[in-house]
Amino acid sequence: MIEESVESRFIIGFTEEQKVIRDTIKDYADHVIRPKVMEFDEAQEFPLAILKELGEMGFMGILIPEQYGGSGLGYVEYALIIEELAKVDPSIALSVAAHNGLCTNHLYLFGNEEQREKYLPDLASGRVIGAWGLTEPFSGSDAAAMKTTAVKESGAWMVNGSKNFITHGTYADTSVILAITNKEKGKKGISAFIAGRNYDGYSASKKENKLGMRASDTAQLSFMNLRLPEENLLGNEGEGFIQAMKVLEGGRISIAALSCGLAQGALDASLKYSSERVQFGKSINSFQGIQFKLADMETNINAARLLTYQAAVAKDNGQPIHDIAPKAKLFASEIAEKAASEAVQIFGGYGFTKDYPVEKFYRDVKLLTIGEGTSEVQRIVIARNLAQE
Amino acid sequence: MNIAVCVSHVPDTTTKIRIAADKQNIEQQGVSYILNPYDEFAIEEALKLKEKNGGEVVVISAGGETSKETIRKALAMGADRGVLLKTNGFVDSISLAKALAEEIKSNGSEIVLMGKQSIDYDNSITAQAAAEILGYGCVTVCVDLKIDGTKVIAEREIEGGREVVETSLPVVISAQKGLNNPRYPAIKGIMEAKRKPIAEKDAALGKVHTVLSELKLPSAKNPGRIIGTDSSAVPELVRLLREEAKVI
Repeated sequence: MIEESVESRFIIGFTEEQKVIRDTIKDYADHVIRPKVMEFDEAQEFPLAILKELGEMGFMGILIPEQYGGSGLGYVEYALIIEELAKVDPSIALSVAAHNGLCTNHLYLFGNEEQREKYLPDLASGRVIGAWGLTEPFSGSDAAAMKTTAVKESGAWMVNGSKNFITHGTYADTSVILAITNKEKGKKGISAFIAGRNYDGYSASKKENKLGMRASDTAQLSFMNLRLPEENLLGNEGEGFIQAMKVLEGGRISIAALSCGLAQGALDASLKYSSERVQFGKSINSFQGIQFKLADMETNINAARLLTYQAAVAKDNGQPIHDIAPKAKLFASEIAEKAASEAVQIFGGYGFTKDYPVEKFYRDVKLLTIGEGTSEVQRIVIARNLAQE
Repeated sequence: MNIAVCVSHVPDTTTKIRIAADKQNIEQQGVSYILNPYDEFAIEEALKLKEKNGGEVVVISAGGETSKETIRKALAMGADRGVLLKTNGFVDSISLAKALAEEIKSNGSEIVLMGKQSIDYDNSITAQAAAEILGYGCVTVCVDLKIDGTKVIAEREIEGGREVVETSLPVVISAQKGLNNPRYPAIKGIMEAKRKPIAEKDAALGKVHTVLSELKLPSAKNPGRIIGTDSSAVPELVRLLREEAKVI
């Protein structure tokens, strides 16, 4: 019923295939993931088996062309998939987004033919989990202030430093990392490399104990005299930072979609609960105090989806998204935070317990205004774009 | 091996049924349709047989234009081609079985699989009727199937246990939950499905055996009763369960 109303009130028409893909991942999320959501969350267990299964189904190489073992789809399908996963478990949605949108996509966009053929088939099929390392303990929003260095030494790159808050840090066999190759050149002195657990000097440590998104693995990567072959450089020397910004630009669409899904999950749970919960002799959804909350959530989600799919459609059409993607990410993540908070309010005391799903949405949602560019950074980008117009 | 799977396009299990003004249909607004869940077991079994022995899996559905969505889902799971037998409105199960049998015969399928029932009309008769019309053997409510050459060994679910039966090809099997775990379609399968053919023809229903007079909703359930909230209510609860509900 809910699905039907989403369809009829949404102005972007989806194709038959897009709907079947959406229904398939929805079915999988409802039947395979939903029963285990709290189990993964409480134990902070990384659901490797689920990611492998999603890989077999083609959901770990969504944007990668079929010739490299991917599914060859676009950002609209990508957003639909992330959205459906996030309605049920935002942390699995985050894992799928990080794997597809960051590591795998970086390798696809900037890898040469040899690198693509070597790494993409394993990543796109989920046989190998990927990580992407930009953030460091002392550089977050100011990514260019990173300290990790890569020095060319007798035909190899010697990498030293560390990366922080890395999704799949512990489980990833392959990663893309950024390091300074020429300190004097600032942003233009940063390069991207293919790294991984199979290299000496590469280690993952300190799995973070997080507020939310607890099923998603987040760890620190340390490089101590990590020796990477010369051919592991991605693109040209000094292009790493601009590559990373391009990767993050597409990543914003996926976080926006994740936010829409999480907010919809919170609304769906609220609709159900408020129709069943009786106070003062009536279901609480007959009170305007509750109705207004539901109406605001619905309206905001609708607006956020329009921004998100506008960005996704633009990206698929090859149009620039530097302007629209930050708006989608900013708006969707902030309305999701509001929706999760209101959902807990609607559930009252029960919303504060782990017996109902909104408690987890409330914890998970905070990552969305922080990860892949904070709300503040999105606003800076949007304002900068305005100034340039 | 030439395998036919018969599938139904049915309202989702969570649908709140409302009856349309003509009393012949349900209100379509807000109703989403799915592949009949029991048919998923039939498709999965057909695909496993094909993976083991080779051959072709053809999916047959009788219904309107929208039944193609369900055929596409079966194609996305891995079936090779589809046939839509076009019908309009209510079709009685015997006529349906006849139309399916016609198509199966012209296709020469030796193994026919379908769900033990479709969850809309719940007649649980199509498999048996089709087998009778075709002159095939028939195993219903199947939870385990082994086919070796032309020999068929199947397990059926019966009250409190299982029954092991043996028959031979050609055969019609009706699938019960437990037969297998149906696969989810992969993206690759979904994309390939749109390129797989779906033939359309009028269903050869023949003589009408039963007509639908009217659809009715079941009478509303009585609301629950709270006998008490602590242990002092137990004797009264037991008395009511024994004397009124007669369940203990």
